[in-house]
Amino acid sequence: MAQLLQHLINGLAAGTIYALVALGYTMVYGVLKLINFAHGDVMMVGVYMGYATAFALGREARASLLGVAAVFAVAMLGCALFGFLIERFAYRPLREKPRLTALITAIGISFALSYGFQLDIGFLPGASPRAFPEIITPTEWLIIGDRDVVVWNWQVISLLIAVGLMVGLQYLVFGTRFGRAMRAVSWDHRVAALMGIPTDRVIALTFMLSSALAAGAGLLYAIKDTSVSPLMGLYVGLKAFVAAVIGGIGHVPGAVVGALVLGLVEEFVVGYAASTWRDAVAFGFLILVLLVKPGGLFGRVAAEKV
Amino acid sequence: MEPPALPVPESRPLVPPSLRGVLPVLVALPVLALFQWGLGGADFATYLLSVMGVNIILAVSLNIVNGMTGQFSIGHAGFMAVGAYISGVLSLQLKDVALSFLPVAASDQVLFLVSLVGGGTAAAACGFLVGLPSLRLRGDYLAIVTLGFGEIIRVVVQNTDAFGRALGLSGIPQSSSPAMVYFWVFLVVLAARRLAGSSHGRSLWAIREDEVAAEAMGVDTTGYKVRAFVFSSFFAGIAGALFAHFVPIINPGSFTFVRSMEIVVMVVLGGLGSTTGAIVAAIFLTLLPEGMRSLFSALGTEGSLAQRVDQIRMPIYGVLLVVLMLARPQGLFGSKELWDVLPRWLPRKRRGLA
Repeated sequence: MAQLLQHLINGLAAGTIYALVALGYTMVYGVLKLINFAHGDVMMVGVYMGYATAFALGREARASLLGVAAVFAVAMLGCALFGFLIERFAYRPLREKPRLTALITAIGISFALSYGFQLDIGFLPGASPRAFPEIITPTEWLIIGDRDVVVWNWQVISLLIAVGLMVGLQYLVFGTRFGRAMRAVSWDHRVAALMGIPTDRVIALTFMLSSALAAGAGLLYAIKDTSVSPLMGLYVGLKAFVAAVIGGIGHVPGAVVGALVLGLVEEFVVGYAASTWRDAVAFGFLILVLLVKPGGLFGRVAAEKV
Repeated sequence: MEPPALPVPESRPLVPPSLRGVLPVLVALPVLALFQWGLGGADFATYLLSVMGVNIILAVSLNIVNGMTGQFSIGHAGFMAVGAYISGVLSLQLKDVALSFLPVAASDQVLFLVSLVGGGTAAAACGFLVGLPSLRLRGDYLAIVTLGFGEIIRVVVQNTDAFGRALGLSGIPQSSSPAMVYFWVFLVVLAARRLAGSSHGRSLWAIREDEVAAEAMGVDTTGYKVRAFVFSSFFAGIAGALFAHFVPIINPGSFTFVRSMEIVVMVVLGGLGSTTGAIVAAIFLTLLPEGMRSLFSALGTEGSLAQRVDQIRMPIYGVLLVVLMLARPQGLFGSKELWDVLPRWLPRKRRGLA
């Protein structure tokens, strides 16, 4: 029983991080109908920005609230700028082209980033994983019984940050003018432009928002995993992407539910079966969901226009 | 998808039948000669030629699904893995078997063919399984399923004792020869070209241009998509099987998502739908790292860049994809074939789809 509870907690903690990355996929897909394959790698770039900031701050960043805030702020702002540049120079020129071209571009960016960062030329960090500085000192926050169930402080902190960001995002999409513009662009960006919505600006802002979210999520992941490497984007990104599709890509609460389900499924596979099967189970689960509900759990299959 | 400028279909085949079959040999022979004289020595040339042939088979076969049918598949390495492992296991089983009514060498070749076709058939069966969801899934979602399939294959292989887990299979007889590889290159190119001009091929083109319209015209879209997957994965399996028989060891690391993407880059670079484009791109991208290596060595940057070509290759592929999509999204040849873009003074036939 206690073991089950522990797995449940770990699964949820992993799920919230996937959820934050998955939200980025979902937002971009909602607005542009583009699977932003490079999203995970944007996250990785954000994590390296945070890593560099933490080192620049030195001991100040270690376990001080201001330091943590600075690391998050620099990573998220830097990543937003980075996302803006990618959107402006790689995706915007392709907006009226077939969707496949944008998907291939995204895959190209993903490859350029994850493998480019493995080189050790100039400022690039090189292939070997690095230890992420301990910006939050891990402590056992809640212990039940004789260490039967342990809840770590980073699990609680990441859950709080994740829930806060999700609620904020939900408010942004459904409670603000910008959110209304986003939904309008998502419905039909040409008509939205005719109605006086600055579509380019809305899409750019959506990209920046999703990139900033990715950076935040990536930092939480790095704190949990205590290491950063150029390939983490491919790995975490792929999982979050699977989560977004399971929930129905383009659907904000769906992405969260999908991510939590995926986190739990993975945790239970690792806990009760074998950890080596984790990736296969994640993808098997995805295919199963898609076969039963081709649009994901909450997604709708749009009627085909003739 | 917006309709690219396809040439108007004509009933007459474009390529003279004589040239159709000879084409791959025409491509292969000068390259073969080049290598026997030039780079590295005979062993290296043999290896490079085999890699090149395997890449051509992969690119041409993926082009049938991605280019002709417009179903974006990004898990081709999965089929390759199935072919490699199944044929590898078959060969290991058949190692000590000899067909007594044949001379030893001939017997070996026959058994080698058996294991190749076995690997190809197993991959085709997987292609059938992957093609089936295309009944319900379109576009991006199908791409995700192919990606997931490739990853699942890799994990299954990694966890199966019969496949050597993460260590892989070793001791597979090195039966592969450039001649055998080029025989299959010949077959896949012939098959792809014959398919492109056939009524089956036209149904595939129709699905690529507009699936709904094709269905309305009475094309059995699901059936054709599944067939395209089976056809394409059979040859991917063959490519994997050939690969397994000339490298010393196969392991799950050879068949990752990265490998799939390399094949996608070849198809996209050559032009979605162009068989000759896929061949040219496969040759170019196989030779590129070697070229870069010799260039860097010649420039005297030995020890730094020259040895890191394989590292630099992947980011370059990524940038190449982005630049290509921005500058020339239809790839080098678009949907045309090599002879459509040859200079005017070269003899050529009338334009047509075939």
